[in-house]
Amino acid sequence: MDNLESIAVRVEDGLDESLRTDNVWPLLRQIEQALQSLQESGSETVIDLGAMPFSAQDEQDLRERLGRGEVNATVEAFGPTLVQETAFAGVWLVEYLDAEQRRLTLHLQIARIPDLLITPADDLADSLASLRRANRDFSAAPTEDVQ
Amino acid sequence: MTDNKTLAERLRERGVSRRGFMKFCAATASMMALPPLMIPRIAAALEQARRPSVIWLSFQECTGCTESLTRSHAPTIEGLIFDHISLDYHHTLQAAAGDAAEHAREAAMQENEGEYLLVVDGSIPLKDDGIYSTIAGITNLSMLEDVAAGAAAIISVGTCAAFGGIPHANPNPTGAVGVSEIITDKPIVNVPGCPPIPTVITGVLAHYLTFGRLPELDSLNRPMVFFGQTIHDRCYRRPFYERGQFADTFDDEGARKGWCLFKLGCKGPTTYNACATAKWNDSVSFPIQAGHGCIGCSEPNFWDKGAFYEPLSAGRWGTPAALGAAVVAGAAIGLGSAALARKRQAEASEEKDI
Ligand code: SF4
Repeated sequence: MDNLESIAVRVEDGLDESLRTDNVWPLLRQIEQALQSLQESGSETVIDLGAMPFSAQDEQDLRERLGRGEVNATVEAFGPTLVQETAFAGVWLVEYLDAEQRRLTLHLQIARIPDLLITPADDLADSLASLRRANRDFSAAPTEDVQ
Repeated sequence: MTDNKTLAERLRERGVSRRGFMKFCAATASMMALPPLMIPRIAAALEQARRPSVIWLSFQECTGCTESLTRSHAPTIEGLIFDHISLDYHHTLQAAAGDAAEHAREAAMQENEGEYLLVVDGSIPLKDDGIYSTIAGITNLSMLEDVAAGAAAIISVGTCAAFGGIPHANPNPTGAVGVSEIITDKPIVNVPGCPPIPTVITGVLAHYLTFGRLPELDSLNRPMVFFGQTIHDRCYRRPFYERGQFADTFDDEGARKGWCLFKLGCKGPTTYNACATAKWNDSVSFPIQAGHGCIGCSEPNFWDKGAFYEPLSAGRWGTPAALGAAVVAGAAIGLGSAALARKRQAEASEEKDI
């Protein structure tokens, strides 16, 4: 066989309207309830979209319904994680990718701020120590004469 | 060999930050099919997880299970979990061969007596005293009995180790059986599939690492988190099934529109596995997404249950009347019918084995 064209199979690309699972609507109601509990009691919710039947078309529908908000962040740790606030404040899409850009999982987080964006408490001590070290090195370095 | 570092320490050594570690935990929770609210518990447990010794025995098998596990590209969650275990014996992956390999197995057994995990892939021939498959002159049967005696638990990877698989298929010339037909006094987890999904294999290992015990099992000793639902329950084509929209051939309009593959022989309604959500090839796709029905490879005796391309209602997977009615009843079915189908399947399996 010379090339792929000689295989008599027609590959249909693009997203297919018909590949909807009808799961977007119940999910939107779940988000509504989660947002209500965030507002009333401060309790956060995380929904793992990788754990339910959810097609690429569903994801596109969901993203269109939720829109884009003001915050868009990338966390570079163990591969990138894309954090996107939706048009509904408090509703975030958190997409975990590995170093080769393959998706590990996709979370919907209903919170004031996704955990991943908060500086881990354990990092503060390390951070202070290394800043002190850097400052010591800076003050010890010989200053160059300005002509 | 075993060292004393925790998984968190290993990740830090590789330059994975605390945020990276939390991300690892989020991905591990997803891999173990646990809800995201478990992430902090997983993080706390993995911070402390030590490196377990694992002995992997391959019997009558095609090496597909090992291929499945090692096919994932680094760096992945599967890779990191797999790297963290101390794999002290595995024919295909270890550098040592012959006597040196067997000595490594014996040393690991002695050093970790009562604590090592035994992973088995492949079935075990019993006919004619098990002479049809030997390693270093030892029959699979006697090696299994010997190594199982000192194991903390056994993970049977693949349908062959779990239920006998293809070697067990009619006429079963070697008298092949799965591990649990021989070993009855140890905790055994079956991770069937031909081959099993790599994330399911590592998911079970991750569960052991995280919680220090084996996951909750179903009546066939399969982890509920991965095998608690049928392919059909989580199939993205399910709405077409409910609406009665089926592909009749592999190239008709229904097939092109992605309709349900039930009439083309899909065994999704009676097959318990995680393919529909965990998927294959780094979560790219799974057979039904590629346009082919499920063949039921994680179920006992799948090879002997009639044609892959005959609808369930026509085959030996269930009674025609019940499954025919299931297609018509549509939305009314779901989990209840799956449980019934499964009971029927267990009965069918028992019938065959008598
Ligand atoms: S019969 Fe098969 S293709 Fe159809 S919905 Fe069930 S699992 Fe999916």
